[in-house]
Amino acid sequence: MSSVIKVEDLSKAYQLGNFGTGTISRDLERFWARMRGKEDPFLRIGELNDRTQKGESDIVWSLKDINFEVEQGDAVGIIGRNGAGKSTLLKILSRVTSPTSGSIKVKGRVASLLEVGTGFHPELSGRENIFLNGAILGMRKAETKRKFDEIVDFAGVERYIDTPVKRYSSGMYVRLAFAVAAHLESEILIVDEVLAVGDAEFQKKCLGKMGDVSKGEGRTVLFVSHNMGSIRQLCNRGILLGNGEIVFTGGTEATIKTYMSNATIDKAAIVAGGTLTDSIKITGVAVNNIPLDVAIMPRDEIEIAVKYKCLKYLPAFRMSFSVLKDGVTVFTVQDLEECEPMEPGVYQSKIKIKKYFLRPAFYTLSVGGHNTNHTNYSIGNVEWFFAADVSSFEVLEDWSINFDFNNAGLVNILNSHGERKKIG
Amino acid sequence: MNKLDEERWDIKITPKNNLFDLKLKDVWHYRDLLVLLVRRDFVAFYKQTVLGPIWFFVQPLVTILLYNFVFANIAKISTGTIPAPVFYLAGTIIWNYFSDCLTKTSTVFKDNAAMLGKVYFPRLIMPLSIVLSNLIRFGVQFILFLLMMVIFSVKGFPIHPNLYLLLFPVLIVLIAALGLGLGMMISAVTTKYRDLSFVIGFGVPLLMYTTTVIYPLSTAEAKYPQYSWLIKYNPITVVIETFRKGFLGEGSFDWSLLAIACSATLIVLIIGTIIFNRVEKNFVDTV
Repeated sequence: MSSVIKVEDLSKAYQLGNFGTGTISRDLERFWARMRGKEDPFLRIGELNDRTQKGESDIVWSLKDINFEVEQGDAVGIIGRNGAGKSTLLKILSRVTSPTSGSIKVKGRVASLLEVGTGFHPELSGRENIFLNGAILGMRKAETKRKFDEIVDFAGVERYIDTPVKRYSSGMYVRLAFAVAAHLESEILIVDEVLAVGDAEFQKKCLGKMGDVSKGEGRTVLFVSHNMGSIRQLCNRGILLGNGEIVFTGGTEATIKTYMSNATIDKAAIVAGGTLTDSIKITGVAVNNIPLDVAIMPRDEIEIAVKYKCLKYLPAFRMSFSVLKDGVTVFTVQDLEECEPMEPGVYQSKIKIKKYFLRPAFYTLSVGGHNTNHTNYSIGNVEWFFAADVSSFEVLEDWSINFDFNNAGLVNILNSHGERKKIG
Repeated sequence: MNKLDEERWDIKITPKNNLFDLKLKDVWHYRDLLVLLVRRDFVAFYKQTVLGPIWFFVQPLVTILLYNFVFANIAKISTGTIPAPVFYLAGTIIWNYFSDCLTKTSTVFKDNAAMLGKVYFPRLIMPLSIVLSNLIRFGVQFILFLLMMVIFSVKGFPIHPNLYLLLFPVLIVLIAALGLGLGMMISAVTTKYRDLSFVIGFGVPLLMYTTTVIYPLSTAEAKYPQYSWLIKYNPITVVIETFRKGFLGEGSFDWSLLAIACSATLIVLIIGTIIFNRVEKNFVDTV
C-alpha cells in the first residue's frame, strides 16, 4: 500500500479577537520584519490552543506540527473535542485556506464536503443546481450528465427536479446536495460533519454510500464526526486531535477509547453553557465513586454523582443527567421529581441505574439543569445550563446468557415479556 | 529516489503561492463551472420578473433620458454633430461595463465568502465569471445602441461608421481587463478593511465625470486646457472616444493614446493578478 496523503509539520495560526482596528500598524510592523528577513513578530509566541485558559497572546495555533500519512483505501475518522483543530485540518486539506507552515502532499483528486449545497442558488431548479454544484465540486459537465439519473434517484427528488430549490423542504435540499457530492469521481473524499442534517434513514443511506466508496471502490475517506457510531461503522483508522496536536493515532476502537477517557481527564475542561453557567459550578463528577473512565460489570448497579456549588438562590431547580452512547441519548433522568428551591451552598445530586440495564458499551455523561419560573412559563423564562461529556464509563462484556438473548438494542428491559394465546 | 518520490504527488499544499502561477490549467479544467456561473447570474437576474431580460434595456434607457434632460437641455453641453441620446448611450454602456466589472470584482471575496470558504476551485474563476456575465449584459445593451444608431441615421442625422470600428474587440478587452485588474487590486484590501468598499460605492460613479461619457473630449480641452490631460490620458476616455470614432464618426482618436491605454491596462492587470494570487490563499481567515 502506498500513502496518498502525506502531512508534514503542518501548523496553522489564527489571530484571536477583533481585527480591524490596529491591524494596519501591525501589518506594517510585520512587513518591516519580513523585509529585514526576521521572523514574524506576532507569530513567535507559540501557545497551545486551549480555549478554557486565557492566553497571553492573541495568536493561537489551531494546528501545531501535525504529521501523518494516509494510505490508499483507508477510511480515517478524525475525532476530538470542539476546537481541537479538526475543521482547520479539513479546511487546509481541501485547500480552502493555506497552512502557516508545513506542507501536505496529495495524490489524486480531492473532493471535499465541508458543507452540503455550497453554491446552490435558490432561484434555480434542482436540475440546474445539480450541474452547478457538480461543477463547483470539480465535475465536468459530461460527468454530471452521466451520473444525473443516479443522483436524482439517490436524492429521491425526481418529481421536483424542475422546481426552484427555494421551494424544497430542507430535507430535500440536503438530500439533493449530498447526492451530488456522493457521486463525485475522486480518489479522496473529505467529509465534515454534514450528516448531522437529514433524517435517520437518509443518514444511514449516506453512511452506506460512504462505506461503499471506501470499501468497495478503494477510495480514501477522511471523516470528521462527533458521532462515534458513524466513525466506528465507517472508519478503519482514527486520528485523535487535542488542542491542535495529534494525541493518538491507531485503530478506530483504540482511538475512540482514548478519546472517551481523555475527554474527562482535565476537570478544568468541563465547559458548561447556558444562562446559569455563573450560578452553578460543577466541582466533580463520579461514577461509582471513581471520577473517570470507570469500568463497570453488568451485574453492578451504577451510581452517578455530581458535586456542585450553587452561588445564588434558585426558586425552582433540578438537575438532569443524560447518558449517551455514540452521541445518541439513551435516557435522561432528573435528581428530583419536581423542581424545588435551592439555597446557595454545596450540593451533591445522584442517580442510580439498575444492574443489567445498560448493555456493554462506552457511555458518556452529560449534565444540565434548569430553573423554571412556573408562573410565567416560556423558553425565555427558563434559566439553564448544560455541560456535555463530563464523564464516561464502560459497561464490560460480561453479559450473562440469562439476560442477553439476541445481543441487540441499547438497553435491556428486565422481567418484561408479552403474552401469547391461541385465538383461532 | 527522492526525486521520484517528489514527482508522484498531484497536489502540494504549502503556505505560499508562486506569485505568477495562475493555475491556468486548473482554470481550464473548471471551464464548465465558469459557463454555469455566468448562466446562473444571467438566469437568476430575471427569474420571477415579468419583463425578464428587457430589464437590461431599462437602466441605460432611463439613464440617457436623464442625461439628455440635464446635460443636453439644461446645462447645454454640446455633443457635436451627434444626436445627444446616441452620444450618451455610447459612453454609458462602456462606462457601465467598466464600473460593473470593477465594483463586483473588488468585493468578490466578501460577497462569495460563504461559497469560497467551503470548497476549493481556482479562485480566478470568480472574477472571470463576473467579467463574462457583465459582457453579456454589455452585449444586450450594445444591441440597443445599434438599434438607436440605425433609427437616428434613418432620421437623417450625420452618423458615419468607419473602419475604426474594427478596433471594437480591442476596446472590449481593454475595458474588461482594466475593470478586472483594478477590481482585483482593490479586492485584496476590501477583504480585510471594509472601508474601501464604501469608497468604491460612492467613488466609482463620481469617476465617471473624469471620462467623456457626457461631454466630448474637445469641449473639455477647450474649457480646461491645463487639466484636460487628466481626462485625455484616462484609458477609459481613450476607449470611449475610439468607440465613438468608429461607430459614430466623431471623436478624438490617436494611436499613441491607444498604445498608452493598452500598456497601462496590461500593468494594472499584472499587478492585480499578483495581488489576487497572494490574497486568495488565506482570505478565508480574514474576510
